[in-house]
Amino acid sequence: MSQIIKVGMADLNICVSPDGITTLGLGSCVGIAVRDPVTKIGGLAHIMLPDSTEIKNNSNIPKFADTGIEELIKQIVAKGASRSRLVAKIAGGAQMFAFQSSNNAMRVGDRNVQATLKKLKEMNIPVLAQDTGDSYGRTVIFYPENGNFVIRAVGKPEKTI
Amino acid sequence: MGEMSLDNLSSQYFDVLKELGNIGAGNATTALAQMIGTKVDMSVPQVRLLDFKDVGDMMGGAEKIMAGIYLAVEGDIDGSIMFLLGKQAARHLVDKLMGTGAKPEDQEFDEVEMSALKEVGNIITGSYLNSLSMMTNLKLVPSVPYVAIDMAAAILSVPAIQFGMMGDKILLIETQFFDELKLSGYFILLPDMDGYKKILSSLGMGDIDV
Repeated sequence: MSQIIKVGMADLNICVSPDGITTLGLGSCVGIAVRDPVTKIGGLAHIMLPDSTEIKNNSNIPKFADTGIEELIKQIVAKGASRSRLVAKIAGGAQMFAFQSSNNAMRVGDRNVQATLKKLKEMNIPVLAQDTGDSYGRTVIFYPENGNFVIRAVGKPEKTI
Repeated sequence: MGEMSLDNLSSQYFDVLKELGNIGAGNATTALAQMIGTKVDMSVPQVRLLDFKDVGDMMGGAEKIMAGIYLAVEGDIDGSIMFLLGKQAARHLVDKLMGTGAKPEDQEFDEVEMSALKEVGNIITGSYLNSLSMMTNLKLVPSVPYVAIDMAAAILSVPAIQFGMMGDKILLIETQFFDELKLSGYFILLPDMDGYKKILSSLGMGDIDV
């Protein structure tokens, strides 16, 4: 019997096929799904902020793109996935309010996406697909079995990337 | 003086924030009653300090559709304030305000109704900020309101991220209003950390070492 593992805000977890893994209502946060297509071991991180080095109180590893992605990869590899085969898909990073502002805090969705892409590139993990930006929330479900990343939003048809 | 963070707030400070929430929500209820022209009762507000992980389960689930009204705050404190309520509750208030009679609960808001919703948020948060301003003698100037209607967790990601810069918890004030219906509303006040210090010290809770 397969199950769907839940990941909260500023949280991460790993998942082995046939199980799936989900996080509900990504807003400006970014969901990062990673898997090894051969062993079908994967995981999902729900990060809130781009950079742990910008914040004094930074002990919460899954909260930041940089430390969260590192930890996710570490756990997936520890479970038996091949580091060199890992691939990623990402979603989220919306701007929930149409704020006309140069205020950094309001642009955090976009900054989260940029930081996520940068970190994945640094770690040589290809990003196969992304559904980011815009102004609406997303629920995502990831299946390490086939790499399907299912995205649901209010008033929009479900899509798979 | 230690680095202040909401995560290790003493019960004394928590009580002060609770009381501010109480009075603010009380004034907001009065404003709401005047706006829709009926008597509105209010339950004692619940102040909660939540872990991010649990944020989604509040308010009836991460995917529950909510209306969030967000205003930036300037003046003596930099921050923001958000008022959230369920989409059905928002529909109820907008219908009352517009005097159009009750529409189906799941009907989308048109442009005029979105403006009405902004006004609801504006008045409720405005009276909340007013009472906070009077109690603390701090000048608080709100921006125009911004509205989003979406999943609870997605809307909450905005204040959560701002809290996330200071710690690992989010401070939420839950109030239940009753007219014919029971409406749950949530206030989230987001001063930056300096703002919290200013609020507490202006209330005579001087040397903060939380």
